[in-house]
Amino acid sequence: MALLALFSSATFAFEEGLALSESSWEEKAEWIETLSKDTTDEAEQILQHWVGGNLFYWPAENRLVAGTKEGRKYELREIIGGLVINVVKRKAVKKIKVNNKLRRQIKQALAYRSLSSPDASKRLKAITELKRKPDYSLLQTLLRLEVANPDLTTARDLRTLVGLVYLESSKSTEQIEGIKRLTGNLSSEAKEGLSRLLLREDLTSDVRALGQRTIKDIEKKLLYWGHAQNIVFGVSLGSILLLAAVGLAITFGVMGVINMAHGEFIMLGAYTTFVVQQIIPGNSATALLVSIPAAFMIAGAAGILLEKSVIRHLYGRPLETLLATVGVSLLLQQMVRSIFGPLNQAVTSPEILSGSFVVNAAFAITYNRVFVIIFAALVIVGLWLLMYRTSFGVRLRAVTMNRGMAASMGIRSQRMDALAFGLGSGVAGIAGVAISQLTNVGPNLGQAYIVDSFMVVVFGGVGNLFGTAIAAIGLGVATKIVEPIIGAVLAKIVILIFIILFIQRRPRGLFALRGRSVEE
Amino acid sequence: MDQLFRKLTLAFVIVVVLYVFINNILFPESFGLGLDSYYLTLIGKYLCFAILALALDAVWGYCGILSLGHGAFFALGGYAMGMYLMRQIGDRGVYGDPLLPDFMVFLNWTELPWFWTGFDQPWFAALMVIMVPGLLAFFFGWFAFRSRVSGVYLSIITQALTYALMLAFFRNEMGFGGNNGLTDFKDILGYPISAESTRASLMILSGLALIFFLIFTSWAMRTKFGRVLLAIRDSEDRARFLGYRVESYKLFIFVLSATMAGIAGALYVPQIGIINPGEFSPLNSIEIVVWVAVGGRGSLYGAALGAVVVNLAKTYFTGAYPDAWLYFLGSLFVLSTIFMPRGIVGILQDSLHWLLPQKSRYRRKSSP
Repeated sequence: MALLALFSSATFAFEEGLALSESSWEEKAEWIETLSKDTTDEAEQILQHWVGGNLFYWPAENRLVAGTKEGRKYELREIIGGLVINVVKRKAVKKIKVNNKLRRQIKQALAYRSLSSPDASKRLKAITELKRKPDYSLLQTLLRLEVANPDLTTARDLRTLVGLVYLESSKSTEQIEGIKRLTGNLSSEAKEGLSRLLLREDLTSDVRALGQRTIKDIEKKLLYWGHAQNIVFGVSLGSILLLAAVGLAITFGVMGVINMAHGEFIMLGAYTTFVVQQIIPGNSATALLVSIPAAFMIAGAAGILLEKSVIRHLYGRPLETLLATVGVSLLLQQMVRSIFGPLNQAVTSPEILSGSFVVNAAFAITYNRVFVIIFAALVIVGLWLLMYRTSFGVRLRAVTMNRGMAASMGIRSQRMDALAFGLGSGVAGIAGVAISQLTNVGPNLGQAYIVDSFMVVVFGGVGNLFGTAIAAIGLGVATKIVEPIIGAVLAKIVILIFIILFIQRRPRGLFALRGRSVEE
Repeated sequence: MDQLFRKLTLAFVIVVVLYVFINNILFPESFGLGLDSYYLTLIGKYLCFAILALALDAVWGYCGILSLGHGAFFALGGYAMGMYLMRQIGDRGVYGDPLLPDFMVFLNWTELPWFWTGFDQPWFAALMVIMVPGLLAFFFGWFAFRSRVSGVYLSIITQALTYALMLAFFRNEMGFGGNNGLTDFKDILGYPISAESTRASLMILSGLALIFFLIFTSWAMRTKFGRVLLAIRDSEDRARFLGYRVESYKLFIFVLSATMAGIAGALYVPQIGIINPGEFSPLNSIEIVVWVAVGGRGSLYGAALGAVVVNLAKTYFTGAYPDAWLYFLGSLFVLSTIFMPRGIVGILQDSLHWLLPQKSRYRRKSSP
């Protein structure tokens, strides 16, 4: 106990320091035992220096120091902080000696210390460090830790580590134990460890067969989880496409009007997020929540304005409408460029959306992807309720199916046009909010989505929310499945060609709407 | 009255061509009236754009097919010409490889890809200038028209087509120079490409091509074929019920138009000195549409006029107020579609109508 107090202070009493330097190996082992129970930083540093052979007793000042050889002299440093104290001759200090047995003991003590640290990130770091070079001598320590420390955050990594350490053993029973522990483990270390084991020549045939079976099993699982990952990525890409396209599905569906400025409404929504974040600095979660209605209002108002000023004059002339809205899209792009500059603006994501949801080593999904998927689902459900459960929706659908008949039933079709256009544009604005969480916000943002959005709408069948959703998710998943095989650009080209061919087979899309106006 | 304006336009192009021919080719020294190469290139560029606009007007103005991908045919023609010009460089490139263009050496390629063979022959390149855009238009149109994709759907898939081609040509692995495209041309048919006389000849060639296509298309549109196209534009179903094979007519004019665009591109590239995937960008194709819309569609010479007017404005704005160009272009789209649906031609006709009320009313009735 006296020793314990001694180590936690910076200086050594003369007798004990001398005692340490002159103690026998057995006594030293006891010292190490004591030190390893000491939780202070200093004790750890002493052990670190000791195992490296850099620990010295300095009689002149009665203390332990860290020393390094500089030419023929020794440079002495503080144990903690590494501040240089003095440079002395060889004879002036006394090295605290260490042999292999002690070295192993210290190493285990140090590993145990870091592995049982209360800080989870420190534990993880220690485990990661050890996984790189599994050391069989640590086996007992690790087993003790595994029992003593049933902690969830690092348990999986610890299990991997124990398995890897078992593999280093030369006994076949322990090797089998290691293989068993690594069965179904998808981390790259497990796979590497097993392949390393199979390279050894002193294996019994049982172990080799088991190892090969296990590695095959891991590879199969990796492939499976890789596919799962691709599908989730695809769904998240599909959700983005869906958000971008669903507003277009409304405007295109109701009026048969191609709005080439749709992408720019998405851009307006994204810039709204940026501006709101400038107004409410520091709290990006609130800013995000505020910008959803704000983006809807701004993009929606812009949409109604566009309908009333331009599109209204061009009804019945779809190609002219297309051209006029192309002009509007150029105007909006240049306007944004004049106000915010041509460079991309970064929108910070809320804290809650950073980080990722980890299922296992081969399957992780970032929270902002999860956010986009949920957000898209909410938008779709909301729109569905609006279209199929409100009188507004009934009137809107009536105008979509047969304008003349709807008008004669007393629906003000022109007003519905403006409102539908506002709704579609507003949803585009909301899409912009979601997209701003994933990429930078720039004047060309809308251009990136316009062709894709049209593809989705046409693919799904015009004027059909359900079809749009299926088409968007389908295209997203298809893209992500094709992408790892042939690369991102080729995947995009292949998907485009597929849609071009598809439209030619079924010009009305996957789910064609039935109504009197359909055959114009 | 259309005849009058068409003849005026033709006369104007002929005068420009003759002026350059006399002052730059026949007597480059004696009068000192020759244009310098900046203006030669500029006029040559406008003439190529006029051919391109003519090509689009033939499908859009006369057959109602709004192609948002005509830039792709233009660019393909340009690439075919560019490949010929690349092969002409020979061992004068930076790396001095006798066979491979610089960008291939840079990519560590050891042999010429198969689709580059033959492009050292001018006749083969000229054939490809016509064949490549023509075949693409044939297959694309064959699929599209046969399954009766029309109207805005067709516009969108033509845009997707040019977008897909742009992405493809940006890839280095495609073997068309990737991002940088084809450039650093040295000579064409043995003449140095940057010499003033070559530029003048190329400009004159573009002018002659424009004159030829103007006469050819307006002749074609006056034939029975042209009348059927108009019928399809105005009521596709009625034309079909009358027994015309609508798909074949559409396909024919689409392929014809694509080859015209390809030829325009092939004339454009040696004058500008570069072709890169940016030519495939959807915005370029949309700009072509605005030329035709501003000029007035369905009149051919109006499209050519529109191309020149809009590009004059572009040259001016991008030089004087670079930021204002997109504002101008955007407003041009909106205003021309709302306020002048018949374009410059419409304004010309209306003002003539106002000047000569009696005669023009008579003529309007007799000609559709």
